[in-house]
Amino acid sequence: MPPVLELRGITKQFPGVLANDNVNLTLEKGEVHALLGENGAGKTTLMNILYGLYKPTKGEIYINGKRAEISGPTDAIRQGIGMVHQHFMLIPVLTVTENVMLGEESIHNGIFLDRKVAAKRIEEISKKYRLEVDPHAYVRDLPVGIQQRVEIIKVLYRQATILILDEPTAVLTPQEVDELFNIMKLLTSQGVSIIFITHKLKEILAVSDRISVIRRGQTVGTAKPTESTEQSLAELMVGRPVELVVQKKKAQPTQPVLLVKNLVIKNDRDRIAVEDVSFEISGGEVLGVAGVQGNGQTELVEAITGLRHAESGSIKIDGQESANKTPRQITEIGVSHVPEDRQRDGLVLSFPIKDNFILNTYYNTFANGIIIDEKKVNETAIKWVEKFDVRTPSIETPAGSLSGGNQQKVIVAREFSRPLKLLIASQPTRGVDVGSIEYIHARIIQKRDEGAAILVVSTELDEVRALSDRIAVMFDGKIVAIVPADQVTKEQLGLLMAGVPKEEVLGVFPQGKTKKGEKL
Amino acid sequence: MTTDEKITPSQNGLSSIIKQTFDLVLIPFLAVVTALIIGGFIIVVTDAAVYTAFGEGGIGGGLAAIWTSVSVAYGSMFSGSLGSARDISESLVASTPYIFAGLAVAVGFRGGMFNIGVEGQLLLAVMASVYVGSNFSLPWIIHLPLTILAGMVAGAAWAALAGYLKAKTGAHEVINTIMMNYIVYLFSDWALNGFLCRTPCSSPVSPPVLESAFLPQFFYRLHFGFFLALIVAFAVWWLLFKTTIGFEIRTVGTNPNAARYGGIQTTKVMVLTMAISGALAGLAGASELLGVNRVLAAGFSSGYGFDAIALALLGRSHPLGVVLAALLFGTLRSGATRMQSLANIPTDIISIIQALVIVFIAAPAIIRWIYRIKAKGAEEGGGVMVQGWGS
Amino acid sequence: METTVSVLQEKRNVKMGIFFLAVSLAIVIFFALNTPVGLTTTFGLNPGAATNAPPLPDLTLPTMGTLWVLAFLAAFTGGWQLARGFKNLNVVLLFVVLLFVFAFMTWAARGKSMNLLGVISASLLRATPIAFGALSGILCERAGVINIAIEGMMLSGAMVSVLVASLFRNYDALNPTTGQPLFPDWFANIGRTLDMYNLSSAVPWYLLLGLLSGLIVGGLLAAFHAWLSIEFKVNQIISGTVINIFSMGITAFLSQRFLQPIQPLNSGGVFTALPIPILSSIPIIGPLLFENRFIVYVLFILVIAIHVMLFYTRWGLRTIAVGEHPKAADTLGVNVYRMRYINVILGGMIAGVGGAYFTIGSVGRFDENMTAGKGFIGLAAMIFGKWTPLGAFGSSLIFGFADALQQKLQIFASQVPIPSEFLLMAPYIITMVVLAGVIGRANPPAADGVPYEKD
Repeated sequence: MPPVLELRGITKQFPGVLANDNVNLTLEKGEVHALLGENGAGKTTLMNILYGLYKPTKGEIYINGKRAEISGPTDAIRQGIGMVHQHFMLIPVLTVTENVMLGEESIHNGIFLDRKVAAKRIEEISKKYRLEVDPHAYVRDLPVGIQQRVEIIKVLYRQATILILDEPTAVLTPQEVDELFNIMKLLTSQGVSIIFITHKLKEILAVSDRISVIRRGQTVGTAKPTESTEQSLAELMVGRPVELVVQKKKAQPTQPVLLVKNLVIKNDRDRIAVEDVSFEISGGEVLGVAGVQGNGQTELVEAITGLRHAESGSIKIDGQESANKTPRQITEIGVSHVPEDRQRDGLVLSFPIKDNFILNTYYNTFANGIIIDEKKVNETAIKWVEKFDVRTPSIETPAGSLSGGNQQKVIVAREFSRPLKLLIASQPTRGVDVGSIEYIHARIIQKRDEGAAILVVSTELDEVRALSDRIAVMFDGKIVAIVPADQVTKEQLGLLMAGVPKEEVLGVFPQGKTKKGEKL
Repeated sequence: MTTDEKITPSQNGLSSIIKQTFDLVLIPFLAVVTALIIGGFIIVVTDAAVYTAFGEGGIGGGLAAIWTSVSVAYGSMFSGSLGSARDISESLVASTPYIFAGLAVAVGFRGGMFNIGVEGQLLLAVMASVYVGSNFSLPWIIHLPLTILAGMVAGAAWAALAGYLKAKTGAHEVINTIMMNYIVYLFSDWALNGFLCRTPCSSPVSPPVLESAFLPQFFYRLHFGFFLALIVAFAVWWLLFKTTIGFEIRTVGTNPNAARYGGIQTTKVMVLTMAISGALAGLAGASELLGVNRVLAAGFSSGYGFDAIALALLGRSHPLGVVLAALLFGTLRSGATRMQSLANIPTDIISIIQALVIVFIAAPAIIRWIYRIKAKGAEEGGGVMVQGWGS
Repeated sequence: METTVSVLQEKRNVKMGIFFLAVSLAIVIFFALNTPVGLTTTFGLNPGAATNAPPLPDLTLPTMGTLWVLAFLAAFTGGWQLARGFKNLNVVLLFVVLLFVFAFMTWAARGKSMNLLGVISASLLRATPIAFGALSGILCERAGVINIAIEGMMLSGAMVSVLVASLFRNYDALNPTTGQPLFPDWFANIGRTLDMYNLSSAVPWYLLLGLLSGLIVGGLLAAFHAWLSIEFKVNQIISGTVINIFSMGITAFLSQRFLQPIQPLNSGGVFTALPIPILSSIPIIGPLLFENRFIVYVLFILVIAIHVMLFYTRWGLRTIAVGEHPKAADTLGVNVYRMRYINVILGGMIAGVGGAYFTIGSVGRFDENMTAGKGFIGLAAMIFGKWTPLGAFGSSLIFGFADALQQKLQIFASQVPIPSEFLLMAPYIITMVVLAGVIGRANPPAADGVPYEKD
């Protein structure tokens, strides 16, 4: 019997990025096939291709042994493929029934929606798969866990036999995750085949029948959960690329510069994103924050830099209470910030480089009264372009037409050229070429040696390990461990990031708490 | 993910600047030319003489009639606007409020605000100016600036209200400024029949502005408001591109997230942007009042507010571009008057041409398609990012 | 989060209670204490024109007593609100506002008589074009496309409908200078033939053709708007402004070139009242609802039809989905672009019909810029009505009422020192207040105005 689904040699080329590189994957009837990989490894792209949202550059899809042409969601649905997207595709102002029936509406008397029939079918599905939900409730009133059930019902309503779950546990509580796993088992027992995308090792071992690991757009291995451990999977997932080496001396920590205590922050959806976080950084040391994206790092950085409201807790920078001060006040204390999304926050892409250089100092350093001192701006720009090796035809070139690495150097030049006490670098080398990575890393260490306190947030484990003196691991809004960088392995960090309790992972280390004198 | 490894443009600075300028000018130029061609087409198909000629003289006679129709129309338009010193003066007179109003919209665009309320701000400003200009007897050195200032303040305050509502409640400035236009229309109807009416009040006309508040005319009807407009255009350019305030406005208008990151108070800047925009709208009204009409009667503004949107788009929200666009449209407008009397073609053809110009500027893909020009990267100048009603 | 909501709710409850008390106080101070003792106010309950309904006696009320009763009712509502609170606050708010309006009318017509039914029926007429505009806006914005070009579409519809109606009505018109027939024979023959098969004198076929052409023109302009904003992703407000400017220009241009010099092109006649048998004989309701012009019935049908279509059919479900979360709709196989094209074009057609109201629906003649902002008020009514057909129709009635009332009040100008212009401002001010979120939040469709881009 042929597999229900087979992907052969799928390749997807985005401008500048090879998202999928000759990926092969098979899915047998009634199995949970886990797709494991770091963020940006290409898992979601692959599934979007399968669902017809992207067109593959190369490769073929076979369903039940037959070649399938999937050029849009309609084709995918017709082939029995259903997808639960990472970001729910639900319409809050509509009811469960309406959301489920959309696109495949039950009709009576020619044109009228038959909500009753649809609701009845939803109830049947609810009962059959134990997906309890009120078909008449409005989606906006439902908790996230229930919303996910609606998404699954949507797929089953279309009689899907192949179910794709894209990071389904990312938004769930542990109890909801357990429930989801039960549902998944029930589904497979009834003949549904599931592709389960995640980067959490524990979950994979708990629920999957087969595991494929994707790294940098390629399938790097297939494993059985019975023959795997979290360690072996972590190794496969992060791989062993050339270790990034940053030349640095041992840190010479001085006085604490940043003191964060019991900080609580909410995200845009008004949920707690950072819960009771405390840590400190001294001058002359680098604290790296490791963690899977979306575990509160973004909110933490935004709160420290004044871009996000802190619900409670305290942030002391250089002895001054800085929670809920304006970004400008915080900058003036001597804080520099390399933002996570440079094109969204860090640059005005249509402005020339020289204007981007003065984005947060235009009003004092580069102005006399209200008049911008253009001579100074130009001279400084020329100097910085030289000093920070920004490859650009001129200082008038719009930042948007530079390469990613050079855009980042513009930000680094701006942020590193002020007298600074605290540097916050969020994903400092994301989407940057190797040469620029080395350069930026060297600059960060240079700032450390000049006595600045440095907070590096990165989802790249190698980067965190290479730069940090101590590493804090964030999971689910909390700092689950703070450990000296030279006493922890990459695999241990991977396990911590995946939510494995630190007692299990570290064993030998008594506590990860920061106390004075405990730093190494 | 942002790993765009774009190749940077050519290394040769000068030739790339020339090239950029060419790109910047080419689309607006073609947009105007194409709009004029379509305008000519409309003139022809609505000309009864053309049909008659086709009926009587066959193809040849018909084509001749088409040529006559278009050439008489555009001929009288251009001779009417540039044919004599007096005509040139009239064109410049017509351009003056356009410069101010176009700048008003352009400043809004630069700051990310779509000010459709120039019309209302202008009218309110005229009311303030006519009140100050006709009620106080002062030496001109005080009276004239005071009268102008009254208009600017009125326009600025009215516009700033829309900016404030946007910044504080997210209420969209487009709907609010449209609503505020109508409020001003009604208010002026009432005022012109009440406290702003001349005594005895027989028709809705204000008392004349006192001579001490006149913007003097010096070249036929051309008045000093024109020079004021040029000075103000320069000042706006200076403000936008040479000062910290302009830096803040442009940053908020282009990337509000980066503005916040850079420590700029975006709400304050939104209000300020609208206030400046409203003050410029006020200047448009005040200069027209004090330089030309010198009295406020019903129907004072003939749609400057909407024309201004076309001007700002055509001028790519750059003061120099706006001035050039205003000169062009002022010329067309004043020529259209002659066209109406000589060729009997309604002046409203200009509105049609303006609308077409906006279409081609806003959707350059159409122009590129017509003239087979290859797309060259991003070319939106001073783009507006208004989307949705906000909230 | 829940706590903040309830705190806000509570604050609003208290504010509302105080507001109701203030209304009561205002009735007392401005009206009751300003009324001489012994006057009565008479409200007429019969329409001004001839009607099928049996005549009703006038309603005569003692002015002062009525005002005190109204003030007491408002005060009681306010007290109840502060003490116990109402569940459906918006309905109560409407009630109190109505109390105030009625108090105002009672006071304004003190010692005189006001035709109440006349005011209400005039409100409906004045609300008609606004409601067409609002319905047009609903169709477009529910699908996620902002349409500020309703004004322009109406203006074009107004002109074209009267032009077409005039052509077919005056097919035998003579050229005043030459004395020759204005139109060729074949055209006049079509006119004569159709003339023989006329359906009803209230709904002549030439007006139906006019209406149809208004519809088509509105649809064409809307198709252009959709094309610019969907295909080219042009900023929808700029695209709408273009159509407004273009419409103003082209209608004025054509009007001056043809409609004004050649009168037979600009006299299309009007729909006249078409009483519906039996229903029109019901007192009050009959003359209000069932003795209207054809185009008003079209509006009634549209309001109900769009309500049903939007909330009870597949088309409506998909429209809402596309306007709220186009990507979600897309993943379920709904063609986002197609839905948007269809809705915007339908919206334009409704605006075109609404435009026809200005000419063949009321005066039979086109004047430059005669829509005078009604399209924009339509947008306001749409927002005030929270993007629902019934809500928008209700809001249009309120705006129409403000308009009708100010006209009526001119009779009482000597004893009502309120300029009519200020009453006319009401729609605009209400809209701004609603937008600012003072009376509850008006939430537009989530994807309104955002171009949809496939990956």
